[in-house]
Amino acid sequence: MNLHEYQARDILRRQGIPVPPGEVATTAAEARAIALRLGGGRVVVKAQVHAGGRGKAGGVKLAANADEAAAHAAKILGMTIKGLPVRKVLVAPAADIASESYVGIIVDRTSQRPVLMVSAAGGIDIEEVAAKTPEKIHRLAVDPRYGLLAHQALGLALKLYRDMAQARAAADIMQRLYAAFYAVGASLAEINPLVTTRDGAVAALDAKIVIDDNELDRHPEIAALRDTSAEAPSEVTAREAGLTFIKLDGNVGCCVNGAGLAMATMDLVKYYGGEPANFLDIGGSSNPQKVVSALQIITADASVRAILFNIFGGITRCDDVANGIVQATRSLPLKLPLVIRLTGTNEELGVQILKQAGFSALTDMDEAVKQAVAQVKAA
Amino acid sequence: MSIFIDQRTRLVVQGITGRDGSFHTRQMIGYGTKVVAGMTPGKGGQLFDGVVPVFDTVGDAVRETQANTAVIYVPAAVAASAIFEAADAGILLIVCITEGIPVLDMTRVLPYLHERGARLIGPNCPGLISPDKSKVGIIPGNICRPGRVGVVSRSGTLTYEIVHQLSTQGLGQSTCVGIGGDPLIGTNFIHCLSAFQADGETDAVVMIGEIGGTDEQQAADFVQQAMTKPVVGFIAGQTAPPGRRMGHAGAIISGSSGTAAEKMAAFARAGIAVMKRPADVVPLLKERL
Repeated sequence: MNLHEYQARDILRRQGIPVPPGEVATTAAEARAIALRLGGGRVVVKAQVHAGGRGKAGGVKLAANADEAAAHAAKILGMTIKGLPVRKVLVAPAADIASESYVGIIVDRTSQRPVLMVSAAGGIDIEEVAAKTPEKIHRLAVDPRYGLLAHQALGLALKLYRDMAQARAAADIMQRLYAAFYAVGASLAEINPLVTTRDGAVAALDAKIVIDDNELDRHPEIAALRDTSAEAPSEVTAREAGLTFIKLDGNVGCCVNGAGLAMATMDLVKYYGGEPANFLDIGGSSNPQKVVSALQIITADASVRAILFNIFGGITRCDDVANGIVQATRSLPLKLPLVIRLTGTNEELGVQILKQAGFSALTDMDEAVKQAVAQVKAA
Repeated sequence: MSIFIDQRTRLVVQGITGRDGSFHTRQMIGYGTKVVAGMTPGKGGQLFDGVVPVFDTVGDAVRETQANTAVIYVPAAVAASAIFEAADAGILLIVCITEGIPVLDMTRVLPYLHERGARLIGPNCPGLISPDKSKVGIIPGNICRPGRVGVVSRSGTLTYEIVHQLSTQGLGQSTCVGIGGDPLIGTNFIHCLSAFQADGETDAVVMIGEIGGTDEQQAADFVQQAMTKPVVGFIAGQTAPPGRRMGHAGAIISGSSGTAAEKMAAFARAGIAVMKRPADVVPLLKERL
């Protein structure tokens, strides 16, 4: 789960990391009031949206005064960035910046440890730094049993600052960031940029935290930060129904059990000349209601021209999926061609249920995908 | 032979009285797996289905039944704890089926296992099966046939699809291992490839990967340097968009790394035959056997 910048800043602030002031506005009038509370001087107005490249999309603007802040907020609050609507802006004082660095933590899959990454080349996309000048990024794998030790943090901080007071301040921030990483169950926590101001202070200007979805049950206070208004509506519906759904640009709707098979099905649609409309994994459970929800989500996408079911029964039982298809099409008659592939656990039962309801089923994956692609081309 | 499990496997099921645990224990017993014990705290002293003794701790189960392998079906919130307990009881092969374990839990579990020399398969995996010998986990036994092809995969149902293609076209399997779809797992491709290379009953290996991470690229290097047996590979997620988690927690393209194209190119460079679709598996294997 992605957090907004303002939420990430709150978490860092509670962890004792120096974060400049700033508040969230949902209207231009609120943005003006915040700018005035901040002294009426120069502020930055930043879109709070779960998409990278906000700045390039025009979602970050500098304002000379409160009126300008209101005008920028009015414009940004109506924007859509990478398909996601902007409903909140952060209004913060424009900092007087002397230097910008990067500090981030991820879990590294190869060393299987949390890894701290720092770079003096901050303020820009770290992926770009990693691609073009990898030598500018310093990494340290942390032993999770002992945490980030003081001398390790100072060693990294000295890669960023020559001034010992600043290095000590940065090292303290890194240890607190590491503590926050475990405390909230993050999969990514970054400060970009970590700045020094003209008076020499070190502070976290912008923060990004991504929470491991698997941690949400044990951190209800973090789960409560979810902003469903900032997510694609179809993905919110899918999550609430216990499905994993990702919308793509094609027109063959896919409903599959298992993530790997779902990806392989999308790939096969492409292989036979079609374009998948979505990734959808109905999971391993045997629950006809999930199939009903899946069909509702797929058919809500106006670009879908045919629907393809690819079910390899293991834990998932073919008769349950068949019952789900029959139930769903009864309550919500389908106008689209439906191609069903069913094999595995309780296959005969599933095929029989479908037959009685007037559907046919295939057992071969390639054959089913070819037919679905052909249906789209004929439509 | 076969790898990791065979007739000598003596299994303790952690979470044997739960919904999934009880269902799959019956399936495993039906397949012929020696399920010697179950474990559910508070249910010690009971008999599962009148045959399998249930214990309160894994330690008790090991002492009483000489269990040497554990399979875990407990909820995600307590799964890390179940792995710690199995390792502490001296179990050297732990198979964790549970999906949804926080990655940060795994950062603590894995060093603990390394120190004790225990192998973990998973988490978030379908387990493994050595056809006609033993099955630990949830892979449907009826789609497998005994034979000489090793299968290792990050996926569940996609593995079934490919194993089904093998079995129906006359290619049986020595062992099929699902290593799991999470970013941090106990046993990776290289561990399995190296075991298959050493196994006298495996002639060729099918490796099924997906987007995310660099495990497949490292495995490709290993194949080039250390394997003499033919390897056929597949990567799921050629049409996956970057930055989105495709169901499995580990299946995500970060920036421009972890793409299917990159992994397929690494396979091809290492001399691994690259399947374009699951149905290519049998023709590619037959050319090489």
